[in-house]
Amino acid sequence: MKFSEQWLREWVNPNLGSQELMDQITMAGLEVDGFEPVAGEFSGVVVGEVISAEPHPDADKLRVCQVSDGTNTVQVVCGAPNVRAGLKVPFAVVGAVLPGNFKIKKAKLRGQPSEGMLCSESELALSENHDGLMELPADAPVGQGVADYLKLNDIAIDVDLTPNRSDCLSIKGLAREVGVLNSLLVEAPEIVPVEAVHSEVPDIRVEAPEGCPRYLGRVLRNVNLQAETPLWMQEKLRRSGIRSIDAAVDVTNYVMLELGQPMHAFDRDEISGGIIVRMAKAGEKLVLLDGQEVELTPETLLIADHQKPIAIAGVMGGEHSGVSQKTRDLVLESAYFDPITLAGKAREYGLHTDASHRFERGVDYQLARDAMERATRLLMEIVGGEPGEIVEVASQEHLPRARVIDLREKRLADVLGLAIDRTTVEEILSRLGLHIDKLLKDGWRISVPSFRPDISIEEDLIEEVGRIFGYNNLPVTEPTGSLGLRAREEAVRPLSAIRNFFVAQGYQEAVTYSFVDPKVQQLIDPEREGIALANPISADLSVMRTTLWSGLLKTVVHNQNRQQPRIRLFETGLRFEKNDGEIDQQPMLAGVVVGNQAPENWVNGRRTADFFDVKGELESLFRVLGIEIQFIASQHPALHPGQTAELLRDGEHVGWLGTLHPQVQKNLELNGTILMFELFLNSIVTGYVPNFKDISKFPEVRRDLAIIIGSDVAFAQVEHVARRHAGEHLTALRVFDVYEGESLGEGNRSLALSLFWQHPERTLNEDEVHSLFNGVIDALKEELGATLRS
Amino acid sequence: MENLEQLVQDGLNAVENASDLQALDQIRVEYLGKKGVITQQAKTLGKLSAEERPAAGQKINEAKGQVEQAINARRADLETAAIEAKLASESIDVTLPGRGQDLGGLHPVTRTLQRIEEIFARAGYSVEQGPEIEDDYHNFEALNIPGHHPARAMHDTFYFNPGTLLRTHTSPVQIRTMEAGKPPFRMICPGRVYRCDSDMTHTPMFHQVEGLLVEKNVSFADLKSTVEEFLRVFFERDLKVRFRPSYFPFTEPSAEVDIEWGREADGSIKWLEVMGCGMVHPKVFEHCGIDAEEYRGFAFGLGVERLAMLRYGVKDLRMFFENDLRFLRQFR
Repeated sequence: MKFSEQWLREWVNPNLGSQELMDQITMAGLEVDGFEPVAGEFSGVVVGEVISAEPHPDADKLRVCQVSDGTNTVQVVCGAPNVRAGLKVPFAVVGAVLPGNFKIKKAKLRGQPSEGMLCSESELALSENHDGLMELPADAPVGQGVADYLKLNDIAIDVDLTPNRSDCLSIKGLAREVGVLNSLLVEAPEIVPVEAVHSEVPDIRVEAPEGCPRYLGRVLRNVNLQAETPLWMQEKLRRSGIRSIDAAVDVTNYVMLELGQPMHAFDRDEISGGIIVRMAKAGEKLVLLDGQEVELTPETLLIADHQKPIAIAGVMGGEHSGVSQKTRDLVLESAYFDPITLAGKAREYGLHTDASHRFERGVDYQLARDAMERATRLLMEIVGGEPGEIVEVASQEHLPRARVIDLREKRLADVLGLAIDRTTVEEILSRLGLHIDKLLKDGWRISVPSFRPDISIEEDLIEEVGRIFGYNNLPVTEPTGSLGLRAREEAVRPLSAIRNFFVAQGYQEAVTYSFVDPKVQQLIDPEREGIALANPISADLSVMRTTLWSGLLKTVVHNQNRQQPRIRLFETGLRFEKNDGEIDQQPMLAGVVVGNQAPENWVNGRRTADFFDVKGELESLFRVLGIEIQFIASQHPALHPGQTAELLRDGEHVGWLGTLHPQVQKNLELNGTILMFELFLNSIVTGYVPNFKDISKFPEVRRDLAIIIGSDVAFAQVEHVARRHAGEHLTALRVFDVYEGESLGEGNRSLALSLFWQHPERTLNEDEVHSLFNGVIDALKEELGATLRS
Repeated sequence: MENLEQLVQDGLNAVENASDLQALDQIRVEYLGKKGVITQQAKTLGKLSAEERPAAGQKINEAKGQVEQAINARRADLETAAIEAKLASESIDVTLPGRGQDLGGLHPVTRTLQRIEEIFARAGYSVEQGPEIEDDYHNFEALNIPGHHPARAMHDTFYFNPGTLLRTHTSPVQIRTMEAGKPPFRMICPGRVYRCDSDMTHTPMFHQVEGLLVEKNVSFADLKSTVEEFLRVFFERDLKVRFRPSYFPFTEPSAEVDIEWGREADGSIKWLEVMGCGMVHPKVFEHCGIDAEEYRGFAFGLGVERLAMLRYGVKDLRMFFENDLRFLRQFR
């Protein structure tokens, strides 16, 4: 909410500078977002009077005026359409400086001398309005400085109110706070009921009392809506960010700003029959004051007449029943609408109005009558008219209940960590309007006023006391409670260990968005459908990732486009999938590698990373984690059909490693051989707790063999067969050479293996080893068709 | 015996001229070996009288000793020279860069999160995780933000359907943790959160850390010390901290936390909002089946990117999610 400091000070005027005042209310929980002077900086501008305005001899749109500045009369050439004899305007005399350091000098316009300038609002930086001269009231004293006359030594303060503080959406509420903070009395304008002079009353029927527990209407006849809103009111509205429209609208806005009660004025002649407050019917339509036509939904609370909707309750009036200069008789509305009924309604229609903002947060449910009286009196002062009686339709059953809350002294001290003395507490409560009904043995019984809908439990009162007392005046103490030690599973490696492993391997961690481009994801993971957002921020961030690759590959594109040929990235995070209608959110670990395996160096740093580099790194990771993983040749739509491994742990799928499919790579406009892996974190983090075995004192025996075998036989098969026949004392099996060449014949390759045996309790004798070794060779020959290479 | 002196002289000359260990060994055999010329001199002793023999024998031994000593000295010299030659041939340019893998690095958000986790872990806080696709109940209802609440508008929620959404804060994790356990609680929940907002200062995804402490006797004063100490430990500075009344539906009383961050043009302290906090709202306890008369608690929440930006001087929030290597490498 934006308000004028001067206006606030009319209600309560603490002995504080502007900045101190803003700091004070900020620290009371009404955060000042900013402030701005209500006018630009200028000098030499006085109230001038146009004595005469004659056509310019050589220019159609200019007039040659004689203008008085109170002492002298000078000639000024002016192009404003509204310049006329008798008009009082801001007059920048020769030597004046206008906002933007614009200096006024003697000039000639189309041959006519001009000494000074008549100003519009925008030229004084009062508003954007530059339609014509700013018209000052007829009684403005000629010669007085305009800044003085308009009291422009003022700032507009913008407070960013939290949604609970609807009570501060008015000068009255803000003044109450400032009064409490400075222990000052607040001076409110006296509200005296207006006496009816005729008996015409609006016919009001409330059919939806849950949504509208209170509705007040009054007829004001024979008004003159051509009458200008007084400058002081226009200025207060302007400084609160509201444009002056006409007297009826201005007064309702003024009362809303002053007291916090949104109001509405209807043209009585446009209401057929009477006013009905009801829920909308499906298909009903209404053209709003802003000109747009809306189709109403049945959950919308409506102000209607006997034939049609005339306003969306608490949001915006209809165009048809709105007041105009021709309006003679008004019906004024002042109501209490239920916040829950109105919640979100304005937004549904793409609207956000000052009225809806207040009603949704909760207006004082006892305020409607005072506001009606205040508005009637202000209106009559401007537009005249004959007031009738107020008609009030209220449903006690649906109005908020008056709340009574007990505040315990001990609870107050326990929660705040300080026992504040009773007098201080009572002083704070009373000034906030929280009436102390009764002193209790252990505290106070408090009546919550109707303007504080946010206070409903004891904690709310505690906050009020703490807030006004000052959070920064409360002590600072250490929590005293202690907790026992926490369980810590040794076999489970923390995520940080995995991250650090990759960092040590030269990987940079990335954090990419969880929502991705469905087109990219379709290329990488076509078999799974990402969960789509109903309201994405953009099409390329509209579907939840089914794989971390979607974001990582996009990151590779980003970096390749920025001359980064060597990229090693990993990421951890959730991937999202729908399984039988259930949302499945799994933590994943993924990485991509492209470019040289090692940073380019002076010996051998130009070798491009390949499958086995990354596989080796993963194998190291698995050793860090203490787990065994099998790599099985497999197929994945995003991966090269001949370079894809599915990773299994105890036969269960744990992830993928492979080279990006060249077609996908091309479609994503990526360069180089791209290696990628993705693993289910939960499947790999649990390893084992070490269990010591005696170290064998006996020698280890090594035997090497080289076989020629079909290239389609996986090493894993060879290893499997060899291990099966190598006996229980085999300690290691390594492959130390892989060779493919013409000499071996088409479709063959040679594998060189070394096998290690060791017995825990004795030396293995030559015969034993020989027999095991031969057993392995025979099995490889028989089961896999291997031949020994000589 | 003049012959012997000559032999010794020859031997010493030969030793002097030996250019390598092999030649030296050759000389040793030639002069001192079983058939060496000096050794052979012993045969001449037989021709001498018994009186002359001992003196002559000693002379021969002295001659042998003289040559042997020279050989040993020469050997030591040659060995040293050989080692030096080898070392000279093996010398390298130690200023050339080393080989091997480059070091990667953690993302600055992770780096910041880990730091926050460590700080709280030392005070006995556990680290809890929760789902990112949340239900309306845990993200809003249980946190005292019913459907009609104006605070919902502040959240700009991403929805999948009316009851399912991307969590807008990490606060639902405190609900899930309290539902699943029994007080007391000391926990933080770090993680990704989502708001439907994207501009210079907002990204649709960012990170929060939510903290919760529930005990029998805890007060706003305890909350103040926890938050103040955390900020001082995190920034490693004795900075001024202030608590400003604010509003969160799930805490009461609620406060926003500002830290001192430089000076305004007029010399006054420039305050920067960094956290929100408050005492757990009784409604929240009620939703989790905890007796608000028996237990009290405080909660706090902070934006990780915001702290990382302040700590490391990053000026543009969006850089965190571009993952430009030239940015990431600065946080190794």
